[in-house]
Amino acid sequence: MMGLSAMQESTGPILRANELTKKVSSPEGELTILDNVSLEVPRGQTLAVVGSSGAGKSTLLALLAGLDEPTTGEVWLGDAELTALDEDGRAALRNRQVGFVFQSFHLLPALTALENVLLPLELANEPQARRKATETLRQVGLEARMSHYPRQLSGGEKQRVAIARAYVAAPQLLFADEPTGNLDRRTGEKIMELLFRLNAATGTTLMLVTHDHAIAQRCQRRIGIEGGRVVLDEMSEPA
Amino acid sequence: MSPLQLAWSTLLRNLRGGQLGVLLGALIVAVAALTSVGFFTDRVAKAVDREANVILGADLRLRATDDPGADYRERAEDQGLVTAQVVTFPSVVLTDDNSQLAAIHAVTQNYPLRGELRIAERLFGPQRPIQNGPQPGQAWADPELLARLGVDTGVILNVGAIRLEVTSVLQYRPDQAIGFVGLAPDLLINIEDLPATGLVQPGSRITWSLLFAGPQQVIDSFATGIKDQLQPGQRLQTIGDSGEQIRSAIDRAQSFLSLAALIAVLLAATAVAVSARRYAQTQVDGVALMKCLGASQGYVLRATLWELLLLGLGAGVIGSVLGFLAQAGIAWFVIDLIEGGLPAPGIGPLVSGLITALAVLTGFALPSMLALRTVPPLRVLRHDAEPRPVSTVVSYLIAVFVVVALLIWIVGAGRMLLISVLGLSLGAALLSGAGWILVWSLAPLRNAGGAAFRYGLANIARRRSESVAQIVAFGFGLAVLLLLSVIRTDLLDTWRTNLPANAPNHFIINVQPNEVAGVGEIFEGQALPPPALAPLVRARITAINGIAAQDISAVGEGRQLLRREANLTWSDGLSASNTLTSGEFWQPGTDAFEISVEDDAARDIGLEIGDQLEFGVAGQTFTATMTSTRQVRWDSFQPNFYFLLTGAALQGAPSTYISGVYIPDDRRQVLLDLVRAYPTVSVIDLQSVLEQVRGVMDRAALAVQFVFLFTLLAGIVVLLATIQATREERRYEAAMLRTLGASRGLVFKGVLAEFVGLGALAGVLATLVAMLMAYLLANDVFRLDYQPDAWLWIGGPLLGTLLVGIAGILATYKVVSHPPVAVLRAH
Repeated sequence: MMGLSAMQESTGPILRANELTKKVSSPEGELTILDNVSLEVPRGQTLAVVGSSGAGKSTLLALLAGLDEPTTGEVWLGDAELTALDEDGRAALRNRQVGFVFQSFHLLPALTALENVLLPLELANEPQARRKATETLRQVGLEARMSHYPRQLSGGEKQRVAIARAYVAAPQLLFADEPTGNLDRRTGEKIMELLFRLNAATGTTLMLVTHDHAIAQRCQRRIGIEGGRVVLDEMSEPA
Repeated sequence: MSPLQLAWSTLLRNLRGGQLGVLLGALIVAVAALTSVGFFTDRVAKAVDREANVILGADLRLRATDDPGADYRERAEDQGLVTAQVVTFPSVVLTDDNSQLAAIHAVTQNYPLRGELRIAERLFGPQRPIQNGPQPGQAWADPELLARLGVDTGVILNVGAIRLEVTSVLQYRPDQAIGFVGLAPDLLINIEDLPATGLVQPGSRITWSLLFAGPQQVIDSFATGIKDQLQPGQRLQTIGDSGEQIRSAIDRAQSFLSLAALIAVLLAATAVAVSARRYAQTQVDGVALMKCLGASQGYVLRATLWELLLLGLGAGVIGSVLGFLAQAGIAWFVIDLIEGGLPAPGIGPLVSGLITALAVLTGFALPSMLALRTVPPLRVLRHDAEPRPVSTVVSYLIAVFVVVALLIWIVGAGRMLLISVLGLSLGAALLSGAGWILVWSLAPLRNAGGAAFRYGLANIARRRSESVAQIVAFGFGLAVLLLLSVIRTDLLDTWRTNLPANAPNHFIINVQPNEVAGVGEIFEGQALPPPALAPLVRARITAINGIAAQDISAVGEGRQLLRREANLTWSDGLSASNTLTSGEFWQPGTDAFEISVEDDAARDIGLEIGDQLEFGVAGQTFTATMTSTRQVRWDSFQPNFYFLLTGAALQGAPSTYISGVYIPDDRRQVLLDLVRAYPTVSVIDLQSVLEQVRGVMDRAALAVQFVFLFTLLAGIVVLLATIQATREERRYEAAMLRTLGASRGLVFKGVLAEFVGLGALAGVLATLVAMLMAYLLANDVFRLDYQPDAWLWIGGPLLGTLLVGIAGILATYKVVSHPPVAVLRAH
């Protein structure tokens, strides 16, 4: 496993998937959800994974983030092979290098906004965690909401807390799963604005799962998944 | 964040959010139940320890049923020991217009040798310690004695043939009974006055005690020296002996009360298991997120264990505090019965409380919580990704292990453990079976009422396992409380009303042979039938068929009969309360040495017709042949005996006479005439003895009932836990019903029907169990023809309905009154 500083110096792709396949058993027999997917994501790229419901987008994200194990194939995060690690090893790697933003926010209801943002730092025993968390919450415009509990926040505010939590540990790679799916259009746009702004400021690699084509168009690269296979891999024209 | 910090903040937040309320409540009930008993028995044990060094009033005591003479005393004094003497016997004491049975203690003035007496100048006056007993001519009376006679210090008491002035109230003597207060209150007099009372007669029931004090080494060598020379009826008592006896009695009481508390613990543990499972479910999403953000399995495990530990410590402390308060309740019921009051308890039970809480959590909450470790992080994306549950077999094994460990802790690993395990399992199985049948029997009612009624009953049937658990848990607590009430009221009343109206209400004892005719005349003088006086000879079984009594192994009462002096009588016929069960009764006036033995005594000693029983009486021995056995109605209030002999066998043995007599209230004058004419005769007022026995039983039963209140509380906690477990389901159902057009009132009535139904079933189960137990007790223990009161049939189900109905409604009211749109949107 590599340290953070070694990682930053590294110039290879941040994420590499080789022939990923995920099969599950079902009452109708074995089902192939993801079929032989290979992928390379360079550092700092913004990438949208698009496709219809059930196409395999979320499964791909789960495998790439080490939340699930593939039936066959490998995932490399920087120079570390994620698929060779056990659950705790993958968790430790996620803690140091990966951030998440989810459709349903996934804030811990028992913790305040500040405590939710503190969580990944405290899990990593990060020094000056509170200062970093406070600063990040300020960046997402929630300095006045720090001691509020999730139930006291609006949908957009919850997602901003989640974004702060994702960025606070300065991850190399950020996974966002339908980040605007539970928000109205206006709020969703503001959230995407924030996400891209932070991404540009930190140089984090952003992998976004969405079925919203407008959002996908804002990314440098789009990968289309249908029936568990990659059916599209396109780059935007340089502006 | 360390796992401890996470555990602490999660715990605080979930306590505030109410997710842990029932779990914590159940743990607290379990701890409070066990520690209340622990604190209480600790106080009683402390009272014993406090008295242990003065419990004999000496370093060594020799007790004898006959005058031990001067020999032991002289030998002790030769070795440099200090000695004192106490002669104890029951006797009636008289004021000018009242009489009362007292336990007379005639003491040498240097009594006690260890510890001190406490006296007061008048009733309720300030107490002061004093090292010596009363002067000749003085008497010190127990406050109870003065109260019963309606007098205070300064009164002149007739004690046998002499008159003594009561100069002080005797508040405390070191060698008084530590257990329950004796039936006859004490009167302390100087031993120099004893001969003049004329109360010491051959055959009188007198205990002679010699007290010795001195350096431990001398005491030990003196005790060793005389041990082998003790005569039958003489017993040496050291401090250890007396402490041990009381200790074992306390241990038994503690085992019983702790077992009672353990039932509450087990019920509460069920509630813990139910709420822990639910609590673990509410934590799954959070754990998945933590793992997604980088928490390892070990981290989650440590946080979980910390959380349980903190919860256990909290519940242990709160439960122990409540247990401490509750023990004051138990003590309040029995405090008057224990001489010298109770000291404050130690902190030992607090440790037991903590152990109980952690044990219950380990056995009943840990398996569900352990599963959290295996929550897949994938759950943040896919809500159907579930943790691997701990195998059911493993969960049950852990629970059984903890229950058995708790039982061993409470009753030890012996036979009681087996009995407890079997009893608990059988009881749980039978109750569950009965609960199952009751729930099933509701089915035909489903078509009887309106929609609300149907909805309520359907809920009971649909959540069958939960319903049975609720009925059994609650019904059991209620059953025990009903049963104890039945014993306190119904059974004792039945017994009293079963007695014939003219059943003897007084016992006359200690009548000398030469007084028999005179006693009869006094009764006839008051136009009362003369009492049928039965002779009584105190004797000891020395051998059976030539085998020495101490070498014979007997069980139960038989052991006591072989070890102690027994009461013998002679007669030419059987009285009405005796029935021959085997052998043949002798002819009147026979010269043969024959004996008839009471059935149970014969069985316990292992006697058969034809056996030769050798008795020792007043230094002589004689042998009688057992020719019959008898069944005896002990509750006839007539003098009854284990051993009935022919007149020839007991001819010449020192005897006194006793009788049970019925004296109407307006003829009580005869009693004063009797004890004035014959001061050595004692009269025991059975009515007041019965009142006292009843008082003691009543208070003991109330104390036990108090412990079982925890069982009822535990039943309510089980109810709440199962309601909480079905909360989401109920909320959704209520929302659906209201969306489909049901009014809030209708939904509410449905819930009402459900809990009223459950409560009624629990009440019926409780009544059935209580009646069955009462019937068994009445028949097998009290031997009564018991007809249960009708109130039980109404009161039991009504109580169940009210308690469960109210608890159920309170617990679900908020759930079903949630706005349906909010519920359906969230679903």
